[in-house]
Amino acid sequence: MDTKKMAIIATKGTLDWAYPPFILASTAAALGYETQIFFTFYGLQLVRKDLSVLKVSPLGNPGMPMKMPFGPKWFKSINWNMPNAIQSLIPGYESVATALMKQTIANNGVATIPDLRELCQEAEVKFIACQMTVELFGFDHSDFIDGLEYGGAATFFEFAGETDICLFI
Amino acid sequence: MNFDKELDARGLNCPLPILRAKKALAEVASGQVLKILSTDPGSVKDFAAFAKQTGNELLSTAEAGGEFTFFMKKK
Repeated sequence: MDTKKMAIIATKGTLDWAYPPFILASTAAALGYETQIFFTFYGLQLVRKDLSVLKVSPLGNPGMPMKMPFGPKWFKSINWNMPNAIQSLIPGYESVATALMKQTIANNGVATIPDLRELCQEAEVKFIACQMTVELFGFDHSDFIDGLEYGGAATFFEFAGETDICLFI
Repeated sequence: MNFDKELDARGLNCPLPILRAKKALAEVASGQVLKILSTDPGSVKDFAAFAKQTGNELLSTAEAGGEFTFFMKKK
């Protein structure tokens, strides 16, 4: 049987949206899929050397529960959602939300993004960064991890055209 | 059940139990058995799906007190 293949386009650059591409790619690799991720637009943040740029924002995100990762059970179950207008006025609101999210992630035995990215690389998931957006956003190749390839839409299609699963995230 | 290697994936969440199991299976020989411990309720379906797709044989699945035990035979 031919090796199955999966291609993902990763377009989001936040901590929460960093999970789907890396979880799916690492799992696909474990299942024997040949896997590629094409990082474009804000998705380029996922292949930066410094992943501390990844944050989560409750602003304009009504689907995000805001719960505390510590304290007794009744306290943890409170949802602290605030109106957007108030969120936007509090300095550091995103940083606090990100710190709380990271604590929740650790409490639940969920892997960190640096860990998942490394697992993908160990499993030989191929990472391709969109050269056009690298230039558009004023990045330099030195901002990104080693082992990246740089290419454009045609590079993506070369592999994507032969895949069994192709996702846009 | 006899086993050749044990993997403690307790406290880990999706997709880590699967990724760790894949790694552990690479360290045993064909026909040998890997015992996996997990607390992730999703891992029951995930290990069945993993076995089906990779050709490794899931010999048994058991649950006791929120803890899951799997025995998987390497292809």
